[in-house]
Amino acid sequence: MNAANYLYVSALLFTIGAVGVVVRRNAIVVFMCVELMLNAANLAFVTFSRINGNLDGQVVAFFTMVVAACEVVVGLAIIVTIYRSRRSASVDDASLLKR
Amino acid sequence: MLINNSLVYLIALPLAGAAILLLAGRRSDKWGHILATLLSAASFIVGLLQLSQMLARPTGQRAVEQKLFEWISVGTFKVDAGLMLDQLSICFVLLITGVGTLIHIYSISYMSHDHDRRRFFAYLNLFIAAMLLLVLGNSYLNLYVGWEGVGLASYLLIGFWNQKPAYATASKKAFIMNRVGDMGLSFAIMIAFASLGTFSFAGIKEAAPHASTASLTAIGIMLLVAATGKSAQFPLQAWLGDAMAGPTPVSALIHAATMVTAGVYLITRSNFIFDAAPTAQLLVIIVGAVTLLFGAVIGTAKDDIKKALAASTMSQIGYMILGAGLGPVGYAFAIMHLLTHGFFKAGMFLGAGSVMHGMDDEVNMRKYGNLRKFMPITFVTFGLGYLAILGVPPFAGFYSKDKIIETAFNAGGTRGLLIGSAALLGAGLTAFYMTRVMILTFTGAPRWDEKAHPHESPILMWLPMAILAIGSVSSGFLLSRGNALVNWLAPLFAEHAEKAAVLKPVVVTSLALLMVVIGVVIAFMKYSRGEVSSVAPEDVSALTKIVRRDLLQDDFNEAVFMRTGQGITNTLVKTDELVIDGLVRGVGSAALGSAGALRKSQTGFVRSYAAWILLGAVVLVAAIWLVTQ
Repeated sequence: MNAANYLYVSALLFTIGAVGVVVRRNAIVVFMCVELMLNAANLAFVTFSRINGNLDGQVVAFFTMVVAACEVVVGLAIIVTIYRSRRSASVDDASLLKR
Repeated sequence: MLINNSLVYLIALPLAGAAILLLAGRRSDKWGHILATLLSAASFIVGLLQLSQMLARPTGQRAVEQKLFEWISVGTFKVDAGLMLDQLSICFVLLITGVGTLIHIYSISYMSHDHDRRRFFAYLNLFIAAMLLLVLGNSYLNLYVGWEGVGLASYLLIGFWNQKPAYATASKKAFIMNRVGDMGLSFAIMIAFASLGTFSFAGIKEAAPHASTASLTAIGIMLLVAATGKSAQFPLQAWLGDAMAGPTPVSALIHAATMVTAGVYLITRSNFIFDAAPTAQLLVIIVGAVTLLFGAVIGTAKDDIKKALAASTMSQIGYMILGAGLGPVGYAFAIMHLLTHGFFKAGMFLGAGSVMHGMDDEVNMRKYGNLRKFMPITFVTFGLGYLAILGVPPFAGFYSKDKIIETAFNAGGTRGLLIGSAALLGAGLTAFYMTRVMILTFTGAPRWDEKAHPHESPILMWLPMAILAIGSVSSGFLLSRGNALVNWLAPLFAEHAEKAAVLKPVVVTSLALLMVVIGVVIAFMKYSRGEVSSVAPEDVSALTKIVRRDLLQDDFNEAVFMRTGQGITNTLVKTDELVIDGLVRGVGSAALGSAGALRKSQTGFVRSYAAWILLGAVVLVAAIWLVTQ
């Protein structure tokens, strides 16, 4: 199968994730969209690794996974804390920096 | 013999006095005036010792020069601060410290009721130090320091009673008009350095014969501008009358005997320049002749005793400048008149101060009258000064002023006739206005206010007056006996051949005396017969009104210079506000406006930031794609 198809999938996933981040209000959904973008990037890395015939892309993909895991830990903690104090997980509600 | 034979002591002693009195503040109120007087006297004694040593040396080696320290050192350009004492400087040193000390003594009593007397004495000492530096400097740069120093001291002392706004204005006026002259001096120094390559008197004297006449003329004219400023000569004369706002001892010391004669010193000192620049010399003569008449005319209409004396000072310095403009024949006579004038004019100013002291600071002569009965000593000392300034033989002015008139006639041709007649006319006018002062003040019926109680001044005041009166009587005779001063100063000036006299001395003397007699008689006819009104009469001719307004000198300056200056300043202020401030404010408001617009993009919503990041990323990728395409 043509390797370019994987890149198209990756681009599609990234676009879905990016649009989700911009248009959705729920913090959890926004978060999942971020994960989607990261995984789209991972897919691209692995594809390039395959195309170039070396392991560099796969190694970076592992790093991305580690970073994503860390991010989930911190991000979820923040979302939970915000939800506890404001009874809402909407990202638009938490626009206090402006004031 | 001193510890070492340094000239520094002359300047350092009064300078130390000024520093101590100013730094010690009120703590020195009790003894400050005594210290200042002692230091001034000490400086006088040092001057006398220097004179005795100078007399012991042979004629060719009388001048001494002394390097103090390296003042400016930039690459190959080096200027030393140095002092020089020669036959000319020593005359000034003795005049400054001698008359200065007498005036210190006088001021102890005159200023005794002033709670700021210590500050007054500090400034007096500062003045003495600066004036000594002026006459002792061995280069134009050193002279310039002293020149500015006396300007500062003069400003501080004219405005000593600056709680009165008019007095503060007078001091500013004097300072600003002096700045115009100072500018001339700095230009002269710059031109001299550019064309001759040195600042020192000795160096310039050596280089002057090889320089072009044009540059020498430029230097000479600039030096003349400097002299007109400091010596209150036409056209920079207007400040001297207002300078009488200062305490009377200041008027006597600074604005009669010493500082205002600095211009004469400058021209005499620069004789090597003026001798080689006939155009500049002619201008000096014109300035001198115009001022001697100008001052004398103003003097005829002044009711303020000090302002009448100030006008007289202006006129007498005109004589000196005229003498100095006559070249090698005239320098010595200019200096002689300067010295005798130092005695009689300082004496008369102190006399005026004594009269004011007895009359509750009244200066209007129309409120005086018959004071000789109440102030006999003041009357006698003032009267001796009066005889001296008139040029009545054998008093001091006779020897000095007649010589200048005679030399003026001897200049030859139409020029000699013109300036000689001007000088003669000046002598007549001098006789008129000085007789007027005498009559109004000391004779006639009393015209005092009821509360005035005229009384003679204490000994500390009349003693200096008496000593100066002795000088007024004898100095002319002593200085001209066997041509003493002329021979003493001769080594400094270019040699000159004796010209055939146009008019015999006897003729000049009789003419001058005739003018004096005419002046005195007119004054007697006008003021001694009948009542003198205690207020100035209003129904006078237009000419008198103009003379009362100082020949419109202030109106002229106001119309021509002040209004123009104000116009320029206003234009500049407007330009500053509109163009420069407008530019700065424009930058500020542009930043402010764009910030206000950009601020709106900071919504606080995470999603909009995310959208911006996305947009940025897209733009970046697009740019990279475009570039690599």
